Amino acid sequence: MTAEKNPILFGRTAGLSEKVNNFCPGCLHGIAQRLVAESIDRLGLIGQTVGITPVGCAVIAYEFYSCDMVQAAHGRAPAVATGLKRARPENTIFTYQGDGDLASIGMAETIHAATRGENITVIFINNAIYGMTGGQLAPTSLPGQITQTSPYGRDVKVAGNPIRVCELLSSLDGVALAQRVTVNSPSNVRKAGKAIRKAFEYQNEGLGFTIVEILTTCPTNWGLAPNKALGWLEDNLIPYYPLGVYKDIKAGE
Amino acid sequence: MAKVTVSIEYCKGCGLCVQFCDQEIMQLNTEVITQKGYHPAHCVDQESCNACLNCAMMCPDVAITIER
Repeated sequence: MTAEKNPILFGRTAGLSEKVNNFCPGCLHGIAQRLVAESIDRLGLIGQTVGITPVGCAVIAYEFYSCDMVQAAHGRAPAVATGLKRARPENTIFTYQGDGDLASIGMAETIHAATRGENITVIFINNAIYGMTGGQLAPTSLPGQITQTSPYGRDVKVAGNPIRVCELLSSLDGVALAQRVTVNSPSNVRKAGKAIRKAFEYQNEGLGFTIVEILTTCPTNWGLAPNKALGWLEDNLIPYYPLGVYKDIKAGE
Repeated sequence: MAKVTVSIEYCKGCGLCVQFCDQEIMQLNTEVITQKGYHPAHCVDQESCNACLNCAMMCPDVAITIER
């Protein structure tokens, strides 16, 4: 009986296009992207969602979603999302940005969109390094982390300290949801999917700015095999960027 | 028992499904080379699959389909 109901336990979601993604083997970007696509599919929003892709590894992500997509200038995805949401408030708008895009060149747009309480969802991919450009130091690189532009490790006296984006944005009144998740294990993938769905639901209820920060790996630029990169994420990234809900205006209900 | 299919069009041979399979029935198939030049993953023992979906959850390329 059950076999007749739905023989497929897991398959490609309708939120993704048929294209093979451009990410390196073992890059967790693909999981994050799948979770976003699954969320808009499960919430029945494919026809009314517009996504905004950043500059970075996900720059051609408009090829991989089956919803409408816009490609923004470097870091300006929240500004483009603001315009889209104000012009088409009935649509669900999300941005998909990496740490170089959101936390470096786009920090002003991010903070001001958040403090204005723009009713958009930001999916923030934090892998502590610039991926597409070849592994340079990002604002989120850890102290002592070796990158192309910090070959002796990040010296905080010279390069400053990393930015914890969720903690920073959680202090702003316009933010409805700020949550940090990761996708390094099947259970964490499920939790991340729930967080993304919650962010979209908050947006559709008109509660304000929602951000879900996803800690991911960059096996290529970390110089680690995909399975070793998961261990590095767990040992180094999660202690510095603790997982959890930093702001949830409905948490008391 | 469930049927695990890995699309060699999507699979990039990263091996995360191999690492997270509790039944240890996922392996990289070194006899096959995909169009992109990777050894794709495959299920070596369909009978032992308990449909936990761990491999599909961890597949960055959404290459895995699991059927009853």
